[in-house]
Amino acid sequence: MAEVLGSAGAAGPHPRPPFEPGAGTLPEGEGVNTGAALLPRSFGERAGVRGSHDLPVTDLRAQFPILAQSIHGHPLAYLDNAATTQTPLAVQQALLHFEQHDRANIHRGVHSLSQRATDAFEAARAELKGFVGAGRAHELVFTSGTTEALNIVAQGLWAAGPGKAWLRAGDRIIVSGLEHHANLVPWQQAARMTGAELVILQPDARGRVHAQDLQALLTPATRVFAITAGANATGERPAYEQMLRMARAAGALTVLDAAQAVGHDMPPLTALDCDFMAFSGHKMYGPMGTGALVGLRESLQLLYPLRLGGDMVDWVSYEAAGYAQLPARLEGGTPNVTGAVGLAAAAQFIDAVGRQAIDRHLHALRAQAVAGLSAIDGITVLAPHATQATLVSFVARDVHPHDIGTLLDERGIAVRTGHHCAQPLHDHLGLGPTTRASFALYNTAAEVDRLVAAVAHAIKVFQ
Amino acid sequence: MSSAENDLYQEVVLEHKRAPRNFGHLAAPTHRAQGTNPSCGDRVAVELQLDGERVADIRFTGQGCAICMASTSMMTEAVKGRDLAAAQALQQHFRAVLTGEEDPEDAPLGKLVSLAGVRQYPSRIKCALLGWHALMHAIADNDGESVSTEEAQS
Repeated sequence: MAEVLGSAGAAGPHPRPPFEPGAGTLPEGEGVNTGAALLPRSFGERAGVRGSHDLPVTDLRAQFPILAQSIHGHPLAYLDNAATTQTPLAVQQALLHFEQHDRANIHRGVHSLSQRATDAFEAARAELKGFVGAGRAHELVFTSGTTEALNIVAQGLWAAGPGKAWLRAGDRIIVSGLEHHANLVPWQQAARMTGAELVILQPDARGRVHAQDLQALLTPATRVFAITAGANATGERPAYEQMLRMARAAGALTVLDAAQAVGHDMPPLTALDCDFMAFSGHKMYGPMGTGALVGLRESLQLLYPLRLGGDMVDWVSYEAAGYAQLPARLEGGTPNVTGAVGLAAAAQFIDAVGRQAIDRHLHALRAQAVAGLSAIDGITVLAPHATQATLVSFVARDVHPHDIGTLLDERGIAVRTGHHCAQPLHDHLGLGPTTRASFALYNTAAEVDRLVAAVAHAIKVFQ
Repeated sequence: MSSAENDLYQEVVLEHKRAPRNFGHLAAPTHRAQGTNPSCGDRVAVELQLDGERVADIRFTGQGCAICMASTSMMTEAVKGRDLAAAQALQQHFRAVLTGEEDPEDAPLGKLVSLAGVRQYPSRIKCALLGWHALMHAIADNDGESVSTEEAQS
């Protein structure tokens, strides 16, 4: 990280209490394994992945009050973290602290609260730039999440209009076939609006994309390459570092959807050939409706701002306006300042726990789930090779994911069912909808055992 | 046994899911429509052979969850041989029961009452209605256009 900006001042003049991993107590009932009796023996033990000794999961769970509840008489096993993670007390306290002490509009007033709110907002920006490993050449723009960040990029490349926009007729846009709809649909629109050509980097039959296939698609006309750092539907982890490098070498702007990766151990932005990186707060233990677009300043400068109005202008007359410098240029209107403060607190929380320790725990849970689910007759696990995934998606012969999801919910297990906003990938793989269990630092091996047992039961009911 | 297994997945529902009635294509349909559920990608296509105001024959194809398949299967049994007004009235009663506007005890649903438990599961109501949406659209027009539960529910 070329420019690690410390956490000092992230809370403004009223520092928050520091996060203490050992604080709190575990509610009774956690870890009750209601389903293990259905299994011949623990899948986890068989897979040799039962322990995650370097993550204090019991203590960490106490930081997430929402987990201490029963659903239909069973302890909640929240396994829908690829959609939304829960927030720890440290984040909730940061939100409350800002609301109770520092809330005011930013970059406007000369009064004390406005100054404190501005300081807190800019401290959050600095904190998050450090978190993703941004350097001096980078800037961070707060957004409502990954979807808005990707739209700011894709629309910003055509919104200046014909003859002025960066994208032009005949240009080529390459998007990987693993993408969430948020990293596909805005590029479809960009191609339509400019006459550019949208080309998909097709995955193979196992849902993997390959660098040599990208090489074959790169032409002098290629102006954009967009790819995910981790496919939300399958857990596939493409070799994005290499592909971003290839695309940039070919002269393209590079776009990385880091929604599923940013809370995990990933290279610092300074080490990536990445012009734009998008992520969301609610998938990294932060508030909903928060996120950011981080990119090279010179690349962000290419984007025509989508939100025109207050706070993004240098001067305005009745006839015209001059737009402000980055990052304000792309942050028109009053931003979610409270959310930005909470998002920065989430970044601090993750780093306090340790990204590598978190990932070791999640990879072990994923391996346990893959082993257990694969052993059930009629279950096919997607991307079993993706050992760096933190989620597992699967299909069951003759049993629909919605029905599995309902029976799992009966046992207090929350999973996602459907297309996970990646319908083209499912079509490509010849699959219908899937069931997806996705893990966070507070999940346990006992919860994975419950998942496997409940899926085995559901198969028995419906087949 | 969980309450979902008692209320939602009654044996008759599972039986229709495993062996759906009137599944397949008609040789010469006069009307057809497809319903899709964008959130899960489920698709159900309904084909009708109308004889004046009477549903002379009906078939359906597609894939969906147990609720969707069973509801559509039971629907085809319920409307086959009946006139359009009766089919439309049945659809209104079925929908009213699922959305809580009508008591299942008071509604003339026949075997379809076994799906009344769906009203306790709001996220699944659109599953139970998908085939019915396709039926209503098939009756209304014959352009084979797709209909969506997301639109049709609002």
